[in-house]
Amino acid sequence: MIKPVFLAAAVGAAVLLPAVPAHAALNVVTATQDLASIAQEVGGDKVKVTPLAKGYQDPHFVEAKPSFVITLNKADLLIVVGRDLEIGWLPPLITQSRNPKIQPGSDGYLDPSTSAKILELPTGQITRAMGDVHPLGNPHYWLDPENGRRIAKAIEAKLSQLDAANASYYAQREEDFERRLKAAEQRWAAQMAQYKGLKVVSYHRSWTNFADAFGIDVIGYVEPKPGIPPTPQHTLDVINAMKAQNVKIVMVEPYFDLKTPNSIGANTGAKVLVMPPSVGGVPQVPDYFKLFDYDIGLLVAAAKEAGAK
Amino acid sequence: MVYVLPVVRRGLLAAVVVSAAVPAIAQDAAAPSVPMAPAAAPAAQDVQAALRAELQQLKQQLDALQEKVAALEAAAGRPTQPAAAPAPAQPPAQPAAPVEVPAGAAGAGGPQGALPVYGNVSALSKVFNPDMAVIGNFIGAAGRNTVEPIPALKLNEAEMSFQAIVDPYARADFFLSASPGGFDIEEGFITFPTLPGGLLMKVGKMKAQFGKVNTMHSHVLPWVDTPLPIVNLLGGEEGLNDSGISVSKLILNPVLFLEATGEIYRGDNALFKSYKRGNLAYVGRLRGYRDVTEATNIDIGTSVAYGHNDAGPDFTTRVFGVDATFRYRPLRRAIYKRLVGRTELFWSRREHSAGTADAFGTYVSGEYQFAQRWFAGARYDLSDRAADPSLRDKSGSLLLTYWPSEFSQIRAQYRRTLYGDGPTANEVLFQFLFSIGAHGAHVF
Repeated sequence: MIKPVFLAAAVGAAVLLPAVPAHAALNVVTATQDLASIAQEVGGDKVKVTPLAKGYQDPHFVEAKPSFVITLNKADLLIVVGRDLEIGWLPPLITQSRNPKIQPGSDGYLDPSTSAKILELPTGQITRAMGDVHPLGNPHYWLDPENGRRIAKAIEAKLSQLDAANASYYAQREEDFERRLKAAEQRWAAQMAQYKGLKVVSYHRSWTNFADAFGIDVIGYVEPKPGIPPTPQHTLDVINAMKAQNVKIVMVEPYFDLKTPNSIGANTGAKVLVMPPSVGGVPQVPDYFKLFDYDIGLLVAAAKEAGAK
Repeated sequence: MVYVLPVVRRGLLAAVVVSAAVPAIAQDAAAPSVPMAPAAAPAAQDVQAALRAELQQLKQQLDALQEKVAALEAAAGRPTQPAAAPAPAQPPAQPAAPVEVPAGAAGAGGPQGALPVYGNVSALSKVFNPDMAVIGNFIGAAGRNTVEPIPALKLNEAEMSFQAIVDPYARADFFLSASPGGFDIEEGFITFPTLPGGLLMKVGKMKAQFGKVNTMHSHVLPWVDTPLPIVNLLGGEEGLNDSGISVSKLILNPVLFLEATGEIYRGDNALFKSYKRGNLAYVGRLRGYRDVTEATNIDIGTSVAYGHNDAGPDFTTRVFGVDATFRYRPLRRAIYKRLVGRTELFWSRREHSAGTADAFGTYVSGEYQFAQRWFAGARYDLSDRAADPSLRDKSGSLLLTYWPSEFSQIRAQYRRTLYGDGPTANEVLFQFLFSIGAHGAHVF
């Protein structure tokens, strides 16, 4: 009678113990593909990175599918965008994951927004009369390469903490990422140099950090308020403002309907650009560097064509 | 307080910058006062170079400071984290620049001078307050129904939710419901998400994991009313909702998401009755889910519930359920378009003094979002009555829903019901749902 118990225990141990082999790659799950790209840059072949939301999805409205629960169940590290961007879908997934490592406050939960440069932090009372406002500041902060650098640093520190044996590897990769980012930033700055102060209109308030980094001026939004669909009166106001200020570019995130932007374009002669705010937003943007290459390329080409300044 | 801090910090930064800049300006001002003899030109150049070096140094210091401030700002704006590093102790009251009473107000006999500063000390204590929300559910009805007459206008329910992380090991959710029928704890439970063995445990009063509709709060139902089989076979609008313990486990496999749930309840609710302590109710559920494509998925489940019924201490009721949900939501157009088709089947075996009553019930429902704010839906119900299966009720509904925003919705439902004992009802139901505060995301 004792033997089967021992056997069961042995089998149980055999099944449970190898679950965490010492040399396996760290299982990193990220909320978005932007974070996945940077985590891959820093982690190299020592990590296996899985993003949850696709770059062509509105990151505010991702469905909390049970298949994500399985992904999270196996994660060693969860990297979130933070600033309440994922408030509508990620918290119940984390609860259901049954994974103690990635619960908020645990070592395997990283919110790099805590060390990033955050814009539009509300300073007064905010209410939902302002639309779907983010009380913790604009969460689209990865669109400034400076924040890309800060995210990479935060990820490097976290990976080194979780996997101390490879700390120097992560440090070296992070340094290399920063070096390449610096070179790219000079290239992007040169491309944008003659378009400083370029006036544009965007659909959602996704481009605040991008505008700040590259010196463009977002004079208005197709949405009357964050999360509120366009209204005829507001569209008219935007068209008038664009005519008055000679704005020739409308930037639209890939997950928004093009009907209103196209009608604004037709009325003002502005070019409507489908500009991905995230890695994976269009097939031509597979990583963090290509994201800026692509967006700046689109913007510069449109500005040139319009002869706008 | 969280939002005030960055301002204070920015003020600090400004002060630092100004104080750093002052010596530079002073030196700048001093430079021209040096006698500007022609022979002094090289000396002036030296001074310029020194100034440039100093400026450079100051600039570097400023950059470093800016970085620090950004990090601090970020830390101050961080969402409340569970009992991790305690919030750094801040000097309690740092009143911002005093706000003067507007001139007109003073003339009208109002108070004069600086207005009192509210919310500074007390705001600190709000950091650990739970997320709070109130959801109003207002229902109107027109038409004729002699069997279940709904009042013409009624604030059916005000649901209050309080949700927060308890400690590093648990979170808690409370849903209190105030309705014309009284004040009630709709749900109130603690969740331990990280028990050994990959178990998720909930303890408290909660909606039992039986099928789909039973687990949903009234404000997330895609209809104004509750489908007939829930009313007839599962204890009505209230449903299977009781005090108990729920344990669920993921059964990891490469094919699909599979979750097994076992629950024990006190056994005293709208469906079951407990005559003594030992008369507990049991609920079990097995749920499978699989993504078909990135936009479509299938969700199926089977459930069983067992407990004593109101026919007497010797009689029990068993309810078996099967549910299936199909969802389509294209990722690129997730905010504009979605389709949900769902169905549930119920089989109730209710023992009573004359034998066992077998009653069946089902509903089939579809919802289609055709614009960012518009949804259309239809539902067909059919259900025997648990106590008298010879009576079969049927109903059909058409629905139209409008969402002004994520936080409110307006719905109309046309419903035709054929009651098993004869009467027919034709009704139009209206619903206004509105939510204030922070209501946590719902489970899929």
